[in-house]
Amino acid sequence: MAAKVTFDRDRCKGCELCVSACPRHIVAIDESGTNRKGYHPATVTNMELCTGCASCARICPDSIITVYREVN
Amino acid sequence: MMKTVYQKSKGLTDAELHYCPGCTHGIIHKLVAESLEELGLIGTSVGIAPVGCSVFAYNYFACDMQEAAHGRAPAVATGIKRTHPELTVFTYQGDGDLAAIGTAEIVHAAMRGEKITTVFVNNAIYGMTGGQMAPTTLVGQRATTAPFGRQKEHYGSPIRMCELLSTIDGTAYAERVTVTDVPNIVKAKKAIKKAFTLQQQGAGFTFVEVLSTCPTNWGLSPLKAIDWLKANMIPYFPLGVYADRTEEAR
Repeated sequence: MAAKVTFDRDRCKGCELCVSACPRHIVAIDESGTNRKGYHPATVTNMELCTGCASCARICPDSIITVYREVN
Repeated sequence: MMKTVYQKSKGLTDAELHYCPGCTHGIIHKLVAESLEELGLIGTSVGIAPVGCSVFAYNYFACDMQEAAHGRAPAVATGIKRTHPELTVFTYQGDGDLAAIGTAEIVHAAMRGEKITTVFVNNAIYGMTGGQMAPTTLVGQRATTAPFGRQKEHYGSPIRMCELLSTIDGTAYAERVTVTDVPNIVKAKKAIKKAFTLQQQGAGFTFVEVLSTCPTNWGLSPLKAIDWLKANMIPYFPLGVYADRTEEAR
């Protein structure tokens, strides 16, 4: 895994801006559950494909996404 | 080893934003916070919060904040900057605040060439009070006080603040940007950072207008609101630099 992103699930408002920004199409809304705010939060479906580009994090209005990348 | 490449800016507090889902105020807050952080200004800047949806900005920015009466943020900023010229002083205002009740304050702050920065969030509607028509509401756009859409013959055409302020000699820098996608977010941050940098260099009034969405009052989902902004607002409020009276631009 070259990169990964983490979401502060309970702060997500499910606005889907991160879903639209992901160039690998691996960010999705998790409709299987709700968070503390009562929204279906965003999640990553296949972390293996994440490149750590941080597009999702840059567009997130609530700044709930942290991005990590592998460095040698 | 995994290295953190992007995280929430230290220019923001831990408070949860009260904005509606997908409201781009949050993105603009973040760009201001990141600019302050990267320029090392968090401890030496003062922000002036407006009245409107972003009234609680004083809870969200990690720098010192001062609330102002509706529309009067540039006047309060003038006082703070003249008393403490070493501080970076900025106002964060919406279109109901800046382009309606506060028009006199912003025009005269620009005319005096006050060495402050204004971040103007234009979402073409009054958000906090429930979607009334603003001076920036587009012709034909529906609002609670214009249920059939804004009619030009009754209410005129929307005001373009960037163009208006760019005609004033005291405006050192005026640019209009948006935050609809990542490339535009990067450009918007560059503009905000440039405005703060120019203020530090002692340039005159610096102004960045950011076209923003209001999904709730536009009655659209956050993603559809972004499409609406691109299709309707950008043609009427074109993006770009409207004034650059700095030395390097001459």
